[in-house]
Amino acid sequence: MTGQELLDSLGKAFGSKVQDPTEFRGEMTCVIAASDLREIAKFCRDELSLDYLIDITSIDNFGEDPRFEIVYHLYSMPHAAHLRLKLKVPEEAGAVDTVSDIWPTANWHEREIYDMMGLKFNGHPDLRRILMWDGYPFFPLRKDFPLEGLPSEMPDVAFTKVTPLEGGPFVTVPSTATSKDREPRARPPEL
Amino acid sequence: MPEERATAYDSKIEGNVIFTRFDAALSWVRKNSLWPMPMGLACCAIELMAAAASRFDIARFGAEVMRFSPRQCDVMIVAGTVTYKMALAVKRIYEQMPEPKWVIAMGACASTGGMYRSYAVLQGIDQLLPVDVYISGCPPRPEALLAGLMKLQEKISWERSFRNQKPELAEKLEEALS
Repeated sequence: MTGQELLDSLGKAFGSKVQDPTEFRGEMTCVIAASDLREIAKFCRDELSLDYLIDITSIDNFGEDPRFEIVYHLYSMPHAAHLRLKLKVPEEAGAVDTVSDIWPTANWHEREIYDMMGLKFNGHPDLRRILMWDGYPFFPLRKDFPLEGLPSEMPDVAFTKVTPLEGGPFVTVPSTATSKDREPRARPPEL
Repeated sequence: MPEERATAYDSKIEGNVIFTRFDAALSWVRKNSLWPMPMGLACCAIELMAAAASRFDIARFGAEVMRFSPRQCDVMIVAGTVTYKMALAVKRIYEQMPEPKWVIAMGACASTGGMYRSYAVLQGIDQLLPVDVYISGCPPRPEALLAGLMKLQEKISWERSFRNQKPELAEKLEEALS
């Protein structure tokens, strides 16, 4: 089965629950609702043999509503085909069902999403931070978190400080000049 | 920098005897047997391993004994990115090293935070530990690490540890002997 056929079978099985099926350069994507996630995920794994969950990632569309998006990248080893599922999560909901009992690799991906974006997963066996330390008060990959960080202090565990950015992060002015002239030490404020 | 007086002896009369300052002898012993504590955190650790391997051979400088126990080490080579999560562990290991101890910050990340100007990376291990030698590079070549080690050896040879630790005794001895 190709990716297009996988998407068609999904659409036939779930009808209107599979919204907005698109194809872009051979990649199949569709949007689903958070309430249908587990049903569709089980169908994908069992019927469509999408047995490999490559990645789960989250997107913060700051200023839009719904604010967050969760994207599941699935792959079928027997059919050698990819499929992408997108989920929109509004800020008030804040929690989505876990798929870690369907694909065990989702355990750590969901922990990372919780750590970086603050989205919780219902039924997750071990939902705690994975990159930052337990008790770190912020969610770093949200758009309203500054790149240079915020100061925090947990005695005997860890601390964070604000990084001096010196006009960064991108201070290179594109041109055909040499590296020395292209990259000033600090970006002048008027540029 | 202390100047060593010219030492002269006649080997036929005095045998194999050398007169020198106690500080000079102590520094010579310390600098030629610096046992590193390899705090290899990221990619610089690979270059540290390369410096310890046969082609670049840190053993020529007496530093092949990379004991992973801080209690047996003299110099901590912080090689790699120090994240805030790891920072306090590095500090704890440094505090477990016995005196005299030195720190080499190897690479851009250990010296200043490197290319990682972000919320999770400590901008230089010198915010927590006193660093003696900074080695730039991403990663520095093993020869650069050896050059840094030699610079640390030079720095150690300038140390007047006896004089600094026991100033009154040193002065009394100088008075008595002059």
